[in-house]
Amino acid sequence: MTGLVRGDAISEAIRIDDLHKSFGTNEVLSGINLAVDSHEVICLIGASGSGKSTLLRCINLLEPINSGRIALFGQDITGPLIDANLVRRQIGIVFQSFNLFPHMNVLRNVTLAPTKVLRTPAAQAEEEARALLDRFGLIDKADDYPDRLSGGQQQRVAIVRALAMRPQIMLLDEVTSALDPELVAEVLDVITELASGGMTMLIATHEMGFARDIAKRVCFLEEGKIIEDAPPAELFTNPKDDRTRRFLRRIVEAKRL
Amino acid sequence: MDPNSQMSPGQPAGMFTATGRGPRLLSGGGRRATVVSTISTIVVLAILVLIFLLAPGARSVEHFFFNPTDMWRSFIGNPGQGYYSVGAAIWLNIRMFLVAEVLILLLALLIALIRQSTGPALFPIRILATGYVDFFRGVPLILVLFALGLGVPALSLPFVSNQPDAVYGVAALVLSYSAYVSEVYRAGLNSVHQSQVSAARSLGLSQGTALRYVVLPQAVRNIIPPLLNDFISLQKDTALVGTLGVIEANKAAGIFSETVFNFSSFTVAAILFLILTIPLARFTDRLIERDRQRRLALGAQ
Repeated sequence: MTGLVRGDAISEAIRIDDLHKSFGTNEVLSGINLAVDSHEVICLIGASGSGKSTLLRCINLLEPINSGRIALFGQDITGPLIDANLVRRQIGIVFQSFNLFPHMNVLRNVTLAPTKVLRTPAAQAEEEARALLDRFGLIDKADDYPDRLSGGQQQRVAIVRALAMRPQIMLLDEVTSALDPELVAEVLDVITELASGGMTMLIATHEMGFARDIAKRVCFLEEGKIIEDAPPAELFTNPKDDRTRRFLRRIVEAKRL
Repeated sequence: MDPNSQMSPGQPAGMFTATGRGPRLLSGGGRRATVVSTISTIVVLAILVLIFLLAPGARSVEHFFFNPTDMWRSFIGNPGQGYYSVGAAIWLNIRMFLVAEVLILLLALLIALIRQSTGPALFPIRILATGYVDFFRGVPLILVLFALGLGVPALSLPFVSNQPDAVYGVAALVLSYSAYVSEVYRAGLNSVHQSQVSAARSLGLSQGTALRYVVLPQAVRNIIPPLLNDFISLQKDTALVGTLGVIEANKAAGIFSETVFNFSSFTVAAILFLILTIPLARFTDRLIERDRQRRLALGAQ
């Protein structure tokens, strides 16, 4: 271990200072500053291409950053000597496109990382996986392969798979965007349950109603910057910035709020 | 659907595909289709046999190539009269094939992984691997065989230069085929979407663990048909090792023909190679068909 501080001793789960990230000449994140407290749920909203997904991928070290600093429970995780695998154990991420492993059944999808990374004995990992699957109403799917599951079920399995690593923080990257409308609710219910259990979450979403209900703070991103960061009641009803107002007007016109 | 409805006469062919076969060599479509396809097969075969029998040189070809007595003699062999059993020699082909196959699967995977690597430190090995593939795909197998079979013993190195010729033959097969098979592997690795790697790495799996448990199983599944195709080809190419003087089936057949002046031994060798390759070919077909069905089933969701 590199001595990463675990647990709640430091209440600030994530702190991001002046984060810049470019793909070639295209700057996707241009100076992000954000602090997330433990047990806090923060929603990131903004148009496609505003940098929400890239921000989440940077926090999970799936994308190398160009400059800036990301700290996890007070410790810088952007230094060159950081073991990305150790960082990722503490941060679960769920993707828009589920990305379940198609050649493994649901149970194996969930137990793979605990057994290979945490070296949890197989029997114990399976027991814990079944308990999690049971909690999220998926226990009868344990032996099925992902292609037998609906999109909503697959996304719930993906959440369970991330939870099986006992992460301190969950990053959710537009987890309902690829779902048929009637399947969105079952996934949002799972996230709501996680929030009520005190999970620290950073959620990129297009579901404005959901963001308003679940988030303690909502951040509006445009062109790689956080334009506005406020409690949902304030941001949705009385936005300070013109750009936020314009974005929300478009959402209302599209009947998404 | 009632499976018996398939058998009712006069059923339009291909309307019901509940057998899960789809369009195949003999497309399913009831008794009538079976009768028609049987008759047409018999007619085609009969015409081919007739052309052969009516050819002016049919008698002599039959004597020199399809002579049952000589076919049997070459199959059994008789070292006392200076020729070997083709039937026994094919066993060497099988052993060479099996050993070469395992080594090719390992070496080709190694080369593919090196070529797919991205680290700057691995750059020199990457260049080497690329050069290897370019070289051995470009040089005819028979030249590689001669280079190893004649060149390595001439080096007079301890151990390395004192191996049986079959070993040099297998080495040449491995070197040549690994270049091809590594490209097949590479196609397989590329066929696994990058998001699978993201998902695995985000769970804390190291690069190696992600490769071992997430990427490779999916990659290999996607390339089983082309891999088997290469191995069918490899089974036949073990015959080329005979050029080094190794008594494998083709070489044994050649010795027989030179001793007895009858080519029926080559027919025996051909039949033996067919017996080896056809089951693998049908197995490959079955896998491709199963894969097609799987994709269809997924597409229908």
